[in-house]
Amino acid sequence: MNTAAKPRRTMNLNLGPQHPATHGVLRVELELDGETVVKATPHIGFLHTGIEKTAESKLYYKVIPMTDRMDYLAPMSNNLGYCLAVEKLLGIDVPEKVKYARVCLTELTRVMSHLVWIGTHALDLGAMSMLLYAFRERELIIDLYEACAGQRMMTTYFRVGGLAYDLPKDFDKRVKDILQKVPPGIRDYERLLNNNKIFRQRTIGVARISAEDAINCGLTGPSLRGSGVNYDVRRANPYCGYEKFNFQVPLGKNGDVYDRYLVRVEEMKQSLNIARQALEGMPEGPYRAHVPGVVLPPKEDVLSKMESLIFHFKIITEGFHPPKGAVYQAIEAPKGELGYYISSDGSAKPHRMRVRPPSFVNLSALPKMVEGGLVADVIAAIGSIDIVLGEVDR
Amino acid sequence: MDDKIRQYFEENFKEAMVRLDTFRDQLSLYIRKEFLVDICRDLKDNDEFRFELLADICSLDWLGQADETEGRFEIIYNLYSIKNRYRLLLKVRLPVENPEIDTLTNLWQTANWLEREVFDLMGIHFTGHPDLSKIVTPDDLEGHPLRKDFPLTYEVPQFSWNKNDPPEVIR
Repeated sequence: MNTAAKPRRTMNLNLGPQHPATHGVLRVELELDGETVVKATPHIGFLHTGIEKTAESKLYYKVIPMTDRMDYLAPMSNNLGYCLAVEKLLGIDVPEKVKYARVCLTELTRVMSHLVWIGTHALDLGAMSMLLYAFRERELIIDLYEACAGQRMMTTYFRVGGLAYDLPKDFDKRVKDILQKVPPGIRDYERLLNNNKIFRQRTIGVARISAEDAINCGLTGPSLRGSGVNYDVRRANPYCGYEKFNFQVPLGKNGDVYDRYLVRVEEMKQSLNIARQALEGMPEGPYRAHVPGVVLPPKEDVLSKMESLIFHFKIITEGFHPPKGAVYQAIEAPKGELGYYISSDGSAKPHRMRVRPPSFVNLSALPKMVEGGLVADVIAAIGSIDIVLGEVDR
Repeated sequence: MDDKIRQYFEENFKEAMVRLDTFRDQLSLYIRKEFLVDICRDLKDNDEFRFELLADICSLDWLGQADETEGRFEIIYNLYSIKNRYRLLLKVRLPVENPEIDTLTNLWQTANWLEREVFDLMGIHFTGHPDLSKIVTPDDLEGHPLRKDFPLTYEVPQFSWNKNDPPEVIR
């Protein structure tokens, strides 16, 4: 019998697009040799809505609601990136209070996004109860969103030059409540997962990626830091006053699923720490910059002063005209480096708005992680790079 | 760091440079497309700069603007140096007749998907790309949506009262 001459038989398997463990409408075409993945090809685009194209037809401030809908698990991070980019383009600065409020809220957003991640990721690997625990804590942050912006998810709370409304009166109390209730939750997750035999077996040494490969694949955020590369936009190129905050950038060593898990859990603790610092250091002051013609004047002035009324009318109907030029602003979103490249031709609408989506780039590294591994590890790998398909496809 | 980059290009790639531009403290370098791969390889391997991370590839369409004379399309390569915490934008102008440029997939794996996206949405061809195919738009969509001459359309939703009418598309 001549077995050597037999051609290798492989099987094609479609994972998704409607499989719950693919975290959205992602389809991965797997070529399998038994249980081993020979080739993995992700197919995306099921959620493509042309946000970049639509942005070109809208006034600058009307683009903000669309940014919420990209990474819908971390709306405020998206708002922040866009607003910072437009502010950079205009060359305006915002009041200190706004900076602190933005830092506080985006850090809580990071916790919120990681809570969804830990819930779904653990659920994929068989720890069913994690989802309920994680959503219990997430609810507190969502309630804070509601108090601030009136919306639970699509907040559009950050605006160019400030915030949409002033912070709610009980902001302090709510944030303190979160800071008190979330850390015991995180301790619970660690107790449930860190030494859990099944979880460790499914994650340690799985979907490993070396530091060099991770950089070459363009990974950013916790997925990159899990491989031990110290790159965090908050630390490397501080924005929004991050240089004033004291925090650590957790790093992994092995670049496997377990290390990425550890990095994210530690990041949640650091984020809560930053949120506490931001809350304690928050000065009094206006919640919007005073830039006539760009930032809306306070509502009381609109009702009593003619100039304010005119500015209000002009901003709403005509928009503002940034100078000709292009800027790139990167922020550290929960998933990685989120960048906005905005090119202006001097008109009231962006000439081009490009989003550098962390999920998209991180997902492109998936074949590198899973090829040669087992088919069950694909699920663990997809969970560990933490993608949101709304952001992948835009 | 800006000065170092400027000096480096003056010394090594003088013929490749078109112009330099600084806007809001961000250095942008316009280069000629023939030199792109060489420049990127040098910047990546150079021990002083170490632009290891290709953060993004973005494309622009200057149709109908004064800038169009330099070439209608613009590709922006967003290089980041983790060591120096420094970002550099390399910009290349491409003419409308022949929007073609060499691929960077041999240097960075991340260029694979980013270039596919630019190809899909802007219609730029990357020579040497291993699998230059559509990535986000549906297979039956013709044209490249991010080009300025691609119209934004609105399709009227069909309800019970107009379900028998032919689909209406407003331009």
